[in-house]
Amino acid sequence: MNLDLLIAIFITVVGASTPILIAATGELVVEKSGVLNLGVEGMMLVGAITAFLVVFLTGQHYLAIVLAAGAGIATSMIFGFLTLSLSANQTATGLALTIFGTGFSALAGQGYSARPVTLLGPLFPAELATHPVLRILFGYSALVYFALIMVVAVWWFLKKTRAGLILRAVGENDLSAHSIGYSVIGVRYAAVAFGGAMAGIAGACFPLLLTPQWAERMTAGRGWIAVALVVFASWRPFRLLAGAYLFGLVMTMELYAKAGGGPLSAIPSELWAALPYLATVVVLVLISIRRDASTNAPACLGRPFLPSN
Amino acid sequence: MPLRLQLTGITKRFPGVLANDNVSFSVKPGEIHALLGENGAGKSTLVKMIYGIMQPDAGEIVWDGQPVVVSSPKAARKLGIGMVFQHFSLFEALTVLENIALGMDAKIPARDLEARIRQVMAQYGLLLDPHRTVATLSVGERQRIEIVRALLLEPKLLIMDEPTSVLTPQEVEQLFDVLRRLAAQGCSILYISHKLHEIKALCDTATILRGGRLVDTCDPKQETSRSMAEKMIGAGLKDIVRPEGRSMGEPKLVVSRLSTAKTGHFDVPVNKVSFTVRAGEIFGIAGVAGNGQNALLDALSGEIRSDDAESITIDGFPLGLLDTTERRKRGLCAVPEERNGHAAVGEFSLSDNSVLTARDRLGMVVMGLINSGAARTYTGKVIAEFAVKALGPASMAGSLSGGNLQKYIMGREILQKPSVLVVSQPTWGVDAGAAAAIHQALVDLAAVGSAIVVISQDLDELRALCDTLAVINLGQLSPAKPNAEMSIEEIGLLMGGVHGATEAHDAVPA
Repeated sequence: MNLDLLIAIFITVVGASTPILIAATGELVVEKSGVLNLGVEGMMLVGAITAFLVVFLTGQHYLAIVLAAGAGIATSMIFGFLTLSLSANQTATGLALTIFGTGFSALAGQGYSARPVTLLGPLFPAELATHPVLRILFGYSALVYFALIMVVAVWWFLKKTRAGLILRAVGENDLSAHSIGYSVIGVRYAAVAFGGAMAGIAGACFPLLLTPQWAERMTAGRGWIAVALVVFASWRPFRLLAGAYLFGLVMTMELYAKAGGGPLSAIPSELWAALPYLATVVVLVLISIRRDASTNAPACLGRPFLPSN
Repeated sequence: MPLRLQLTGITKRFPGVLANDNVSFSVKPGEIHALLGENGAGKSTLVKMIYGIMQPDAGEIVWDGQPVVVSSPKAARKLGIGMVFQHFSLFEALTVLENIALGMDAKIPARDLEARIRQVMAQYGLLLDPHRTVATLSVGERQRIEIVRALLLEPKLLIMDEPTSVLTPQEVEQLFDVLRRLAAQGCSILYISHKLHEIKALCDTATILRGGRLVDTCDPKQETSRSMAEKMIGAGLKDIVRPEGRSMGEPKLVVSRLSTAKTGHFDVPVNKVSFTVRAGEIFGIAGVAGNGQNALLDALSGEIRSDDAESITIDGFPLGLLDTTERRKRGLCAVPEERNGHAAVGEFSLSDNSVLTARDRLGMVVMGLINSGAARTYTGKVIAEFAVKALGPASMAGSLSGGNLQKYIMGREILQKPSVLVVSQPTWGVDAGAAAAIHQALVDLAAVGSAIVVISQDLDELRALCDTLAVINLGQLSPAKPNAEMSIEEIGLLMGGVHGATEAHDAVPA
């Protein structure tokens, strides 16, 4: 295997990992505030169709990203209103949000199937972006760098800032945070909105970064992988990064196997396709067995905040 | 000097309840002022209004001579009011430093904050390592965090809500030292408690509440514990009546080298616990919360089964391998500490809750079908004999107040006439009248020859109730001694046990 192929594989892995990483980073913040939003997949699909339509109609990629984030926020606010203001069950609401997002995106995308758009180009000038070796560092679109920056930013925010400390406190013990005088609902709304924006951008990665067209359910369960990844990473941003790239690697292997890529095709491509999901199941089982990992979970995760005694 | 705090005509109404009815009192600078009353007397509601968590419906709060509206805890802290809660508002997964930072309104760089924390800790002898995770700290140490957090704000009034309910006698003394030092510097202290001897030892003035109304303001040093208790409950206090000429029978419950495995991260298992309870004996197990009491109760009730059949025997019959249902059939009933969700299902009717534990002993299930008539009759009997305030056997368990639910649960077990009854915290959060009734029922059950084990953190309760005492510390049980032969100092030392020694070792000097 030559260097060129290895670099090509690496770049594909990074691309495939990016939407998962962005969505999972958003979900990590949401869960740290004590909210379990299982609607990531739905919000991603809403983001994906929004981004596709904006690019299809205007050709503006960055506008598409911003509006996809906005669409993600709008979708997440449905969840926020139901679970935070009305104290609805978070699991059920999150599942409903995914079903909603799937249906809504299919409706909005009717008639646009397989209509081509252009991908978002590399961020850096062509000399760097297409350089045979340096492209491993500079050959990506802005979304890839955005994902990496957000991982660091979220780590820094949670660990080093007062606002991050308050967010963790709210997720750890909502009643105590309330009694000290923090707005639990306010913090959680902000976290859910951030998660929605990130899921929207993650969705935008599909038409802008991976396959330049619209296809129903084009996120193909990556939202679920992102949710699992948060647990897999035991709510730590840098483990999230490692986990997302690992999933990206497995998914890229599938592509190469399908393309008849030498030794990889010895394993049926269906098995490759199933691997990320199998890995998710295995990881969740392992996490459940290992108790110390689960102790890092926010103590109030998934519990509605009911301040009255 | 103007009064530090003056309340006039404070009234607070909740749906269906008048929590505070026209309450007026005042606190002088440097005064340690007790707020005394039973559960539900309105103490917590009152201080929540002073601390800005709730707003009064009527009445005026005057602070340092100025009428004020305390709109939020933040506003309260700005005025110089600090509060240490009964249930700590701490975040277990965060460090001491992070916890304190969360309670501070001003943004102080972490390094400066740490220096100030160490200074306050040294000044008041409250030693703690700021970088330890709260989950690893004892209850007494956790309380120190709350106190340090409050003291950093240099409060002029410190509200302490039932601060000693979880402390060893030695820790209580340390706390009182800190409070006296604070008061000497001019900080007023509002001390909420229902422990009368503490109030007599510590406080200058006591305001007594009953049913939301102010009953009396008095000097606790001029009163007896009994006279204050009677003002608190508004009636004469009943003493426990013990039958004449009681003698212990044969050993009934024998526990030998009973151990449990460590299950969770922060659980304390029990380690080779041995004791014997005779027929007619009430055996008390004292100890600070979190020293293996839960594991011990579960191991005795059968929720945790032993590997060794002989580790628990009743009248010589080995029970160690049996589950709760089988143990109940053999006469061992148990009441866990958590009444809603463990001892009773809140969403079930009282009648259904009776079926859950009494079905076999009282034949409430015939061929797999519930005899609901029998369950209703039995539940009605429990309600009548234990004066449970409930509409009837069909009431939801969760709709009862804590004290009433506890009376129901105790009644449900006691009327099954178990030969061994194990109870944890039988009167926790229960008012004095109900507590007296529960104590009397336990004494009566012992009088007919049952062996009773009482696990409690309330030393007064154990002293009043038990024939024999032992102390649990870090999962190990001290040798049992007759209650009358044990001094409070001896019990206190056993409660602190090994733990007190390691605590001093861990603490980092400033």
